[in-house]
Amino acid sequence: MSTSATLLAAATDTGTGEAVTFWLLAPVAVLAALGMLFSKKAVHSALLLALTMMCLAVLYLAQDAPFLGVVQIVVYTGAVMMLFLFVLMLVGVDSSDSLVETLRGQRVAGVLAGLGFGAILVLGIGDAVVSNEGLEEANADGNVPGLANLIFSKYVFAFEVTSALLITAALGAMILAHRERLERRLSQRELSVERFRGGQQPAPLPSPGVFARHNAVDTPALLPDGTPAETSVSRVLAARGDVRQVPGSTQPSAEVARQDDA
Amino acid sequence: MNPMNYVYLSALLFSIGAAGVLLRRNAIVVFMCVELMLNATNLAFVTFARMQGNLDGQVIAFFVMVVAAAEVVVGLAIIVTMFRTRRSASVDGANLLKY
Repeated sequence: MSTSATLLAAATDTGTGEAVTFWLLAPVAVLAALGMLFSKKAVHSALLLALTMMCLAVLYLAQDAPFLGVVQIVVYTGAVMMLFLFVLMLVGVDSSDSLVETLRGQRVAGVLAGLGFGAILVLGIGDAVVSNEGLEEANADGNVPGLANLIFSKYVFAFEVTSALLITAALGAMILAHRERLERRLSQRELSVERFRGGQQPAPLPSPGVFARHNAVDTPALLPDGTPAETSVSRVLAARGDVRQVPGSTQPSAEVARQDDA
Repeated sequence: MNPMNYVYLSALLFSIGAAGVLLRRNAIVVFMCVELMLNATNLAFVTFARMQGNLDGQVIAFFVMVVAAAEVVVGLAIIVTMFRTRRSASVDGANLLKY
Protein backbone atom coordinates (compact mmCIF):
# COMPACT_ATOMS: atom_id res chain seq x y z
CA MET A 1 0.00 0.00 0.00
CA SER A 2 2.67 2.45 1.03
CA THR A 3 4.84 1.57 -1.96
CA SER A 4 1.94 2.13 -4.33
CA ALA A 5 1.24 5.44 -2.60
CA THR A 6 4.83 6.56 -3.03
CA LEU A 7 4.77 5.38 -6.64
CA LEU A 8 1.61 7.41 -7.20
CA ALA A 9 3.20 10.40 -5.52
CA ALA A 10 6.25 10.09 -7.75
CA ALA A 11 4.08 9.77 -10.84
CA THR A 12 1.95 12.81 -9.99
CA ASP A 13 4.70 15.08 -8.71
CA THR A 14 5.52 18.25 -10.56
CA GLY A 15 8.78 20.12 -10.61
CA THR A 16 9.95 22.44 -7.84
CA GLY A 17 9.88 25.51 -10.06
CA GLU A 18 6.28 24.90 -10.93
CA ALA A 19 5.40 24.39 -7.26
CA VAL A 20 7.04 27.71 -6.37
CA THR A 21 5.14 29.46 -9.18
CA PHE A 22 1.89 27.94 -8.03
CA TRP A 23 2.29 28.78 -4.36
CA LEU A 24 3.31 32.34 -5.22
CA LEU A 25 0.50 33.00 -7.67
CA ALA A 26 -2.43 31.01 -6.24
CA PRO A 27 -2.75 33.17 -3.07
CA VAL A 28 -2.49 36.32 -5.19
CA ALA A 29 -5.25 35.04 -7.50
CA VAL A 30 -7.53 34.08 -4.61
CA LEU A 31 -6.92 37.34 -2.72
CA ALA A 32 -7.57 39.38 -5.87
CA ALA A 33 -10.78 37.43 -6.50
CA LEU A 34 -11.92 38.05 -2.90
CA GLY A 35 -11.02 41.73 -3.29
CA MET A 36 -13.13 41.83 -6.45
CA LEU A 37 -16.00 40.35 -4.48
CA PHE A 38 -15.76 42.80 -1.58
CA SER A 39 -14.56 46.08 -3.10
CA LYS A 40 -17.18 48.79 -3.15
CA LYS A 41 -16.11 50.48 -6.37
CA ALA A 42 -16.69 48.68 -9.63
CA VAL A 43 -13.42 49.98 -11.12
CA HIS A 44 -11.42 48.34 -8.32
CA SER A 45 -13.32 45.11 -8.97
CA ALA A 46 -12.40 45.26 -12.65
CA LEU A 47 -8.69 45.87 -11.99
CA LEU A 48 -8.52 43.09 -9.38
CA LEU A 49 -10.23 40.71 -11.81
CA ALA A 50 -7.59 41.61 -14.39
CA LEU A 51 -4.92 40.68 -11.81
CA THR A 52 -6.59 37.31 -11.22
CA MET A 53 -6.70 36.68 -14.96
CA MET A 54 -3.01 37.49 -15.33
CA CYS A 55 -2.15 35.05 -12.52
CA LEU A 56 -4.19 32.39 -14.34
CA ALA A 57 -2.32 33.17 -17.58
CA VAL A 58 1.01 32.48 -15.87
CA LEU A 59 -0.42 29.25 -14.43
CA TYR A 60 -1.41 28.21 -17.99
CA LEU A 61 2.15 28.91 -19.12
CA ALA A 62 3.44 26.78 -16.25
CA GLN A 63 1.19 23.90 -17.34
CA ASP A 64 2.56 23.52 -20.87
CA ALA A 65 -0.19 25.64 -22.42
CA PRO A 66 1.74 28.60 -23.88
CA PHE A 67 -0.89 29.32 -26.55
CA LEU A 68 -3.71 29.56 -24.03
CA GLY A 69 -1.57 31.65 -21.69
CA VAL A 70 -0.91 34.22 -24.40
CA VAL A 71 -4.55 34.15 -25.58
CA GLN A 72 -5.65 34.65 -21.98
CA ILE A 73 -3.58 37.82 -21.70
CA VAL A 74 -4.55 39.13 -25.14
CA VAL A 75 -8.26 38.29 -25.06
CA TYR A 76 -9.15 38.51 -21.37
CA THR A 77 -6.95 41.14 -19.80
CA GLY A 78 -6.49 42.96 -23.09
CA ALA A 79 -9.91 42.98 -24.71
CA VAL A 80 -12.55 41.79 -22.25
CA MET A 81 -11.39 43.75 -19.23
CA MET A 82 -10.87 46.92 -21.27
CA LEU A 83 -14.42 46.50 -22.60
CA PHE A 84 -15.58 46.23 -18.99
CA LEU A 85 -13.71 49.43 -18.10
CA PHE A 86 -15.18 51.19 -21.16
CA VAL A 87 -18.70 50.29 -20.09
CA LEU A 88 -17.92 51.31 -16.50
CA MET A 89 -16.82 54.74 -17.70
CA LEU A 90 -19.93 54.96 -19.90
CA VAL A 91 -22.27 53.98 -17.10
CA GLY A 92 -20.58 56.16 -14.51
CA VAL A 93 -17.74 55.35 -12.16
CA ASP A 94 -19.66 56.39 -9.06
CA SER A 95 -22.44 53.85 -9.67
CA SER A 96 -21.61 51.74 -6.65
CA ASP A 97 -23.78 49.06 -5.13
CA SER A 98 -26.65 49.99 -2.90
CA LEU A 99 -26.03 48.30 0.43
CA VAL A 100 -29.74 47.99 1.24
CA GLU A 101 -30.99 44.43 1.32
CA THR A 102 -34.12 44.20 -0.78
CA LEU A 103 -34.62 40.53 0.07
CA ARG A 104 -34.30 39.84 3.77
CA GLY A 105 -31.50 37.42 4.64
CA GLN A 106 -30.28 37.29 1.04
CA ARG A 107 -26.73 38.21 1.96
CA VAL A 108 -26.38 35.52 4.63
CA ALA A 109 -28.01 32.98 2.33
CA GLY A 110 -25.63 33.98 -0.49
CA VAL A 111 -22.54 33.60 1.70
CA LEU A 112 -23.77 30.23 3.00
CA ALA A 113 -24.55 29.02 -0.52
CA GLY A 114 -21.09 30.08 -1.74
CA LEU A 115 -19.30 28.39 1.16
CA GLY A 116 -21.38 25.23 0.83
CA PHE A 117 -20.80 25.07 -2.89
CA GLY A 118 -17.05 25.45 -2.38
CA ALA A 119 -17.06 22.71 0.28
CA ILE A 120 -18.96 20.32 -2.01
CA LEU A 121 -16.54 21.00 -4.87
CA VAL A 122 -13.42 20.52 -2.73
CA LEU A 123 -14.75 17.33 -1.13
CA GLY A 124 -15.73 15.98 -4.54
CA ILE A 125 -12.31 16.72 -5.96
CA GLY A 126 -10.67 15.04 -2.98
CA ASP A 127 -12.16 11.71 -4.10
CA ALA A 128 -10.85 11.96 -7.64
CA VAL A 129 -8.30 9.49 -9.01
CA VAL A 130 -5.24 11.45 -10.06
CA SER A 131 -2.89 10.75 -12.88
CA ASN A 132 -0.26 13.01 -14.35
CA GLU A 133 0.64 11.98 -17.86
CA GLY A 134 2.26 15.29 -18.74
CA LEU A 135 2.10 16.96 -22.12
CA GLU A 136 5.62 16.20 -23.39
CA GLU A 137 4.32 13.70 -25.94
CA ALA A 138 1.34 15.77 -27.05
CA ASN A 139 3.46 18.91 -27.29
CA ALA A 140 6.25 17.15 -29.18
CA ASP A 141 5.69 19.24 -32.34
CA GLY A 142 5.01 22.35 -30.28
CA ASN A 143 1.87 23.44 -28.51
CA VAL A 144 0.39 25.58 -31.30
CA PRO A 145 0.73 22.95 -34.08
CA GLY A 146 -0.75 20.35 -31.73
CA LEU A 147 -3.75 22.54 -30.99
CA ALA A 148 -4.14 23.43 -34.67
CA ASN A 149 -4.16 19.72 -35.61
CA LEU A 150 -7.03 19.14 -33.19
CA ILE A 151 -9.02 22.29 -34.02
CA PHE A 152 -8.89 21.72 -37.78
CA SER A 153 -9.58 17.99 -37.69
CA LYS A 154 -11.53 16.68 -34.71
CA TYR A 155 -13.15 19.96 -33.68
CA VAL A 156 -13.53 21.55 -37.11
CA PHE A 157 -17.33 21.62 -36.94
CA ALA A 158 -17.30 23.40 -33.57
CA PHE A 159 -14.76 25.81 -35.01
CA GLU A 160 -17.03 26.59 -37.99
CA VAL A 161 -20.05 27.06 -35.73
CA THR A 162 -17.98 29.54 -33.71
CA SER A 163 -17.99 31.89 -36.70
CA ALA A 164 -21.80 31.91 -36.71
CA LEU A 165 -21.72 32.64 -32.98
CA LEU A 166 -19.33 35.57 -33.43
CA ILE A 167 -21.41 37.08 -36.24
CA THR A 168 -24.58 36.72 -34.15
CA ALA A 169 -22.88 38.35 -31.16
CA ALA A 170 -21.65 41.28 -33.26
CA LEU A 171 -25.12 41.80 -34.77
CA GLY A 172 -26.77 41.51 -31.36
CA ALA A 173 -24.43 44.08 -29.83
CA MET A 174 -25.08 46.49 -32.70
CA ILE A 175 -28.85 46.11 -32.40
CA LEU A 176 -28.81 46.46 -28.60
CA ALA A 177 -26.53 49.49 -28.59
CA HIS A 178 -28.36 51.23 -31.43
CA ARG A 179 -30.69 54.02 -30.35
CA GLU A 180 -33.56 54.97 -32.60
CA ARG A 181 -34.04 58.74 -32.97
CA LEU A 182 -37.67 59.35 -32.09
CA GLU A 183 -37.92 63.09 -32.72
CA ARG A 184 -36.39 65.53 -35.18
CA ARG A 185 -32.89 66.80 -34.49
CA LEU A 186 -33.10 70.31 -32.98
CA SER A 187 -31.43 73.12 -34.87
CA GLN A 188 -28.79 75.32 -33.27
CA ARG A 189 -31.23 78.22 -33.04
CA GLU A 190 -33.86 76.12 -31.26
CA LEU A 191 -31.24 74.81 -28.83
CA SER A 192 -30.10 78.33 -28.06
CA VAL A 193 -33.66 79.60 -27.47
CA GLU A 194 -34.33 76.63 -25.21
CA ARG A 195 -31.17 77.27 -23.22
CA PHE A 196 -32.09 80.90 -22.51
CA ARG A 197 -35.76 80.14 -21.78
CA GLY A 198 -34.92 77.27 -19.48
CA GLY A 199 -33.60 79.54 -16.76
CA GLN A 200 -30.30 77.67 -16.46
CA GLN A 201 -27.02 79.51 -16.55
CA PRO A 202 -26.60 80.40 -20.24
CA ALA A 203 -22.93 81.35 -19.99
CA PRO A 204 -20.12 78.87 -19.32
CA LEU A 205 -19.59 77.93 -15.69
CA PRO A 206 -16.92 79.88 -13.77
CA SER A 207 -13.44 78.44 -13.81
CA PRO A 208 -11.90 77.10 -10.58
CA GLY A 209 -9.96 79.37 -8.29
CA VAL A 210 -6.39 80.45 -9.00
CA PHE A 211 -4.65 81.39 -5.78
CA ALA A 212 -1.11 81.85 -4.64
CA ARG A 213 -0.90 78.39 -3.11
CA HIS A 214 -3.48 76.33 -5.01
CA ASN A 215 -4.57 76.57 -8.60
CA ALA A 216 -5.97 73.10 -9.09
CA VAL A 217 -9.46 72.16 -10.27
CA ASP A 218 -10.45 71.10 -6.76
CA THR A 219 -10.23 74.66 -5.40
CA PRO A 220 -13.39 76.75 -5.83
CA ALA A 221 -13.21 80.34 -7.04
CA LEU A 222 -14.20 83.11 -4.61
CA LEU A 223 -17.17 85.37 -5.25
CA PRO A 224 -16.81 89.12 -4.56
CA ASP A 225 -18.23 88.68 -1.06
CA GLY A 226 -15.64 86.04 -0.19
CA THR A 227 -17.83 82.95 -0.40
CA PRO A 228 -16.70 80.05 -2.59
CA ALA A 229 -18.48 79.74 -5.95
CA GLU A 230 -19.92 76.25 -5.86
CA THR A 231 -20.39 75.96 -9.62
CA SER A 232 -16.69 76.52 -10.26
CA VAL A 233 -15.81 72.98 -9.12
CA SER A 234 -16.80 69.85 -11.02
CA ARG A 235 -19.74 68.17 -9.33
CA VAL A 236 -17.97 64.82 -9.63
CA LEU A 237 -15.29 66.13 -7.25
CA ALA A 238 -18.00 67.47 -4.94
CA ALA A 239 -19.75 64.09 -4.91
CA ARG A 240 -16.47 62.41 -4.02
CA GLY A 241 -15.82 64.93 -1.27
CA ASP A 242 -12.56 66.02 -2.86
CA VAL A 243 -13.24 69.77 -2.85
CA ARG A 244 -10.45 71.69 -1.14
CA GLN A 245 -11.40 74.42 1.25
CA VAL A 246 -10.25 77.84 0.16
CA PRO A 247 -7.69 79.21 2.61
CA GLY A 248 -8.98 82.43 4.10
CA SER A 249 -12.65 81.87 3.32
CA THR A 250 -14.73 81.38 6.41
CA GLN A 251 -17.53 79.38 4.86
CA PRO A 252 -17.04 75.67 4.32
CA SER A 253 -17.76 74.85 0.71
CA ALA A 254 -21.13 73.21 0.66
CA GLU A 255 -22.03 70.56 -1.85
CA VAL A 256 -22.37 71.81 -5.37
CA ALA A 257 -25.99 72.39 -6.28
CA ARG A 258 -26.60 69.54 -8.66
CA GLN A 259 -28.08 70.73 -11.90
CA ASP A 260 -29.97 67.69 -12.99
CA ASP A 261 -29.71 67.14 -16.69
CA ALA A 262 -33.06 65.36 -16.73
CA MET B 1 3.37 19.33 -5.71
CA ASN B 2 0.29 17.46 -6.80
CA PRO B 3 -1.37 18.87 -9.97
CA MET B 4 -4.70 18.46 -8.20
CA ASN B 5 -3.82 21.72 -6.42
CA TYR B 6 -4.68 23.52 -9.65
CA VAL B 7 -8.14 21.95 -9.55
CA TYR B 8 -8.56 23.03 -5.92
CA LEU B 9 -7.61 26.58 -6.90
CA SER B 10 -10.10 26.43 -9.74
CA ALA B 11 -12.86 25.23 -7.39
CA LEU B 12 -12.04 28.06 -4.97
CA LEU B 13 -12.16 30.72 -7.68
CA PHE B 14 -15.40 29.25 -9.05
CA SER B 15 -17.08 29.40 -5.63
CA ILE B 16 -15.90 32.99 -5.13
CA GLY B 17 -17.43 33.89 -8.49
CA ALA B 18 -20.69 32.09 -7.65
CA ALA B 19 -20.91 33.86 -4.29
CA GLY B 20 -20.31 37.16 -6.09
CA VAL B 21 -23.18 36.51 -8.49
CA LEU B 22 -25.43 35.87 -5.49
CA LEU B 23 -24.21 38.81 -3.40
CA ARG B 24 -23.53 41.78 -5.65
CA ARG B 25 -26.19 44.11 -7.06
CA ASN B 26 -24.29 46.06 -9.69
CA ALA B 27 -24.92 44.27 -12.98
CA ILE B 28 -21.38 44.92 -14.20
CA VAL B 29 -19.82 43.38 -11.09
CA VAL B 30 -22.17 40.39 -11.38
CA PHE B 31 -20.97 40.01 -14.94
CA MET B 32 -17.33 40.14 -13.82
CA CYS B 33 -18.07 37.35 -11.36
CA VAL B 34 -19.47 35.25 -14.23
CA GLU B 35 -16.19 35.89 -16.07
CA LEU B 36 -14.26 34.71 -13.01
CA MET B 37 -16.27 31.48 -13.03
CA LEU B 38 -15.49 30.94 -16.73
CA ASN B 39 -11.79 31.51 -16.02
CA ALA B 40 -11.87 29.01 -13.18
CA THR B 41 -13.35 26.33 -15.45
CA ASN B 42 -10.67 27.12 -18.02
CA LEU B 43 -7.98 26.48 -15.43
CA ALA B 44 -9.61 23.14 -14.62
CA PHE B 45 -9.71 22.23 -18.34
CA VAL B 46 -6.02 23.08 -18.81
CA THR B 47 -5.12 21.02 -15.74
CA PHE B 48 -7.16 18.04 -16.92
CA ALA B 49 -5.48 18.25 -20.34
CA ARG B 50 -2.13 18.04 -18.62
CA MET B 51 -3.23 15.16 -16.38
CA GLN B 52 -4.63 13.16 -19.29
CA GLY B 53 -1.66 13.86 -21.54
CA ASN B 54 -3.63 15.11 -24.54
CA LEU B 55 -4.56 18.53 -25.84
CA ASP B 56 -8.36 18.13 -25.99
CA GLY B 57 -8.82 19.99 -22.72
CA GLN B 58 -6.84 22.94 -24.04
CA VAL B 59 -8.97 23.03 -27.20
CA ILE B 60 -12.13 23.09 -25.06
CA ALA B 61 -10.67 25.90 -22.92
CA PHE B 62 -9.99 27.79 -26.15
CA PHE B 63 -13.62 27.41 -27.22
CA VAL B 64 -14.75 28.57 -23.78
CA MET B 65 -12.69 31.72 -24.28
CA VAL B 66 -14.31 32.35 -27.68
CA VAL B 67 -17.81 31.90 -26.27
CA ALA B 68 -16.93 34.10 -23.28
CA ALA B 69 -15.74 36.89 -25.57
CA ALA B 70 -19.01 36.77 -27.56
CA GLU B 71 -20.98 36.65 -24.31
CA VAL B 72 -19.19 39.71 -22.91
CA VAL B 73 -20.03 41.74 -26.01
CA VAL B 74 -23.75 40.94 -25.86
CA GLY B 75 -23.97 41.13 -22.06
CA LEU B 76 -22.34 44.53 -21.86
CA ALA B 77 -24.60 45.81 -24.65
CA ILE B 78 -27.60 44.62 -22.61
CA ILE B 79 -26.23 46.38 -19.51
CA VAL B 80 -25.75 49.62 -21.47
CA THR B 81 -29.33 49.39 -22.79
CA MET B 82 -30.59 48.73 -19.27
CA PHE B 83 -28.66 51.71 -17.94
CA ARG B 84 -30.08 53.95 -20.66
CA THR B 85 -33.69 53.17 -19.83
CA ARG B 86 -33.52 53.35 -16.03
CA ARG B 87 -30.31 55.30 -15.29
CA SER B 88 -28.94 52.57 -13.03
CA ALA B 89 -27.03 49.34 -13.47
CA SER B 90 -28.59 47.66 -10.45
CA VAL B 91 -29.98 44.19 -11.07
CA ASP B 92 -32.84 44.92 -8.66
CA GLY B 93 -34.33 47.45 -11.04
CA ALA B 94 -34.49 45.13 -14.02
CA ASN B 95 -37.63 43.18 -13.19
CA LEU B 96 -39.42 43.75 -16.48
CA LEU B 97 -38.44 42.46 -19.89
CA LYS B 98 -39.79 45.55 -21.64
CA TYR B 99 -40.23 49.29 -20.85
